[in-house]
Amino acid sequence: MALKRNVNFFEGLRYKGGGPMLAWILHRISALVIIFFISLHVLSSFFTLETGSDLAIAYNTLYESVYFQVIVYFCVIFHAINGLRIIILDTWPKLVEYQHEATWFEWLIIIPIYGITIFVMIQRAISGG
Amino acid sequence: MMMRKVPQPGWNLEYLMFVFTRLSGLAMFILAIVGVVMALIMGARTQMDLGTLMRWTFFQNPNHVLDSNIPDVTAGWANGFWQIMEMLVIFLAATHGFNGLRVILDDYIHSIFWQYFLRVILFILWVFSIVLGIYVILGS
Repeated sequence: MALKRNVNFFEGLRYKGGGPMLAWILHRISALVIIFFISLHVLSSFFTLETGSDLAIAYNTLYESVYFQVIVYFCVIFHAINGLRIIILDTWPKLVEYQHEATWFEWLIIIPIYGITIFVMIQRAISGG
Repeated sequence: MMMRKVPQPGWNLEYLMFVFTRLSGLAMFILAIVGVVMALIMGARTQMDLGTLMRWTFFQNPNHVLDSNIPDVTAGWANGFWQIMEMLVIFLAATHGFNGLRVILDDYIHSIFWQYFLRVILFILWVFSIVLGIYVILGS
């Protein structure tokens, strides 16, 4: 059963949830991006194999581009690490007291992994590899 | 003050899917790590690029590594072990993803009719994607 919330979008943005709220909303957005990507990936593989249509080829060139991969990679790595934080906090509920620290720690893990990878990806894209 | 029906604690659908989401998330970590480590042991470091390795990591299908420099895909890269891994990935990822979509839609769609309508569509898509996945796995 959904709650009826009489709160519009801009009032929602002013809610002072801090880091954990940002992580929650990013978890949702990244989930939608991953679902969108995988659905299109499956459809484009199907159409490439069956028809070889221009639409499938256009989508393949789109998701092989570095801009698209930078976004999808962020969504995957964020969803994975944030999911791990959620699992840990839900398994040991006493740790919820430290949820702000957990969120900071999570970004401390994500930023180096993501930074190193996009550094390599962009370096190869610029040098034309 | 609005009244709302609070579900009773116990083994209902919400609690089952809450537990399943956590467990399948952990399981997908393990499946991805097994996939990437086994690929590196089988020689992925010199035989394929990062994109191909990532495709293999998330779905261990031999079609995903056909365009790399592996001399013979049937040796090690296509066997029953990987087929079971693929089926686990398809089942866990599809269920995790469609259940997540259901939770998100329930949060933003308040009409009971549309909630159930979308649930039925998501259920059909879920069954369809698992059947399609198993068909692709057994056919490749």
